[in-house]
Amino acid sequence: MENITPQLYTLLVFMVIGSIVAIETRNLLSAVISVSAVGFALSVAFLFLGAPDIAITQLVVEILVLIILIRGTILLDNTAVELHRDTLAVIVTLIFFGLILGFGAMIFGSRGFPAFGEPLMSVSRVYVMRGLPETHAANIVTSVILDYRAYDTMGEATVLFGSILGALALLRKDGKVAKKEVVPA
Amino acid sequence: MKGLTLIVKTITDFVVAFIVVFGAYIVLYGHLTPGGGFAGGVIIACAFILLMLGHGKEVAFSRLGERLAHVLDSAGALAFLIIGWIGFWGGYFFLNVFGRGEQFRLISSGMILPINIAIAFKVGTSLFIVFAALAIFRRRSFRSMIEDELS
Repeated sequence: MENITPQLYTLLVFMVIGSIVAIETRNLLSAVISVSAVGFALSVAFLFLGAPDIAITQLVVEILVLIILIRGTILLDNTAVELHRDTLAVIVTLIFFGLILGFGAMIFGSRGFPAFGEPLMSVSRVYVMRGLPETHAANIVTSVILDYRAYDTMGEATVLFGSILGALALLRKDGKVAKKEVVPA
Repeated sequence: MKGLTLIVKTITDFVVAFIVVFGAYIVLYGHLTPGGGFAGGVIIACAFILLMLGHGKEVAFSRLGERLAHVLDSAGALAFLIIGWIGFWGGYFFLNVFGRGEQFRLISSGMILPINIAIAFKVGTSLFIVFAALAIFRRRSFRSMIEDELS
């Protein structure tokens, strides 16, 4: 495998800059576009890392979310958002960020980081070696998420089902009220 | 005239069938090539959303009715669960009891292919429903909701 670290770092810097722009910009539409740029860069990074499955899903979902979010933000006449900075929230965030960094340094500082992608994890090694003979699925990712870990996938599908049910219930209630108001007028 | 210009409508009519076929390919070959039920389902949903953007919601609902979308959404989730229950026939939940078949063939790897199809129906129709809900209820509810949120 050739060295892909420079490309990954370039994408990473691009993603960090895009995220900062998305947070700091005053225009809602610009924020949506920057978030989508970060998502597309992430899908390219997945391609570099040799994960076409995740890259395809990321790309397709990113397109759909971009359409939905643009449709949502374009309805607003006033796209400028006033940012409210809460000093306490910033302080708490910084404290927890420092704690996470501190614990990370405690855990990894003594042992040192393993090299990127090395060694192959013991669990994933079992999947890679036994996936094809056991499930006869040439795509290892599918054999893991739909055979070894099918229960998790069902939980994921249930989450999607429940969230859409809740969103529809909330939107529909408003829609019925709106219809009732329209009829007498 | 509902929807966008004639150019967009013509291209949409031409392209939608290809997008659906590509999505079906991603779903059916999920166990052989990159892809699977989720990605393929989103691609199929994108085809119907393109139809809705280009032609307006009436045409999109005439191809895939709201009621049918609800039924397919629930049926996909239920089919996933039932396939999991079939595993009890061999021992435990989600046990791959179907025949594995020959490697690298379309009909192989037991219950992975049926689960992929079930997930594709579930994900595709539910994302279409989300977009349809935003398109239908946007006039008052969605707008007032966001304005309340911001004020």
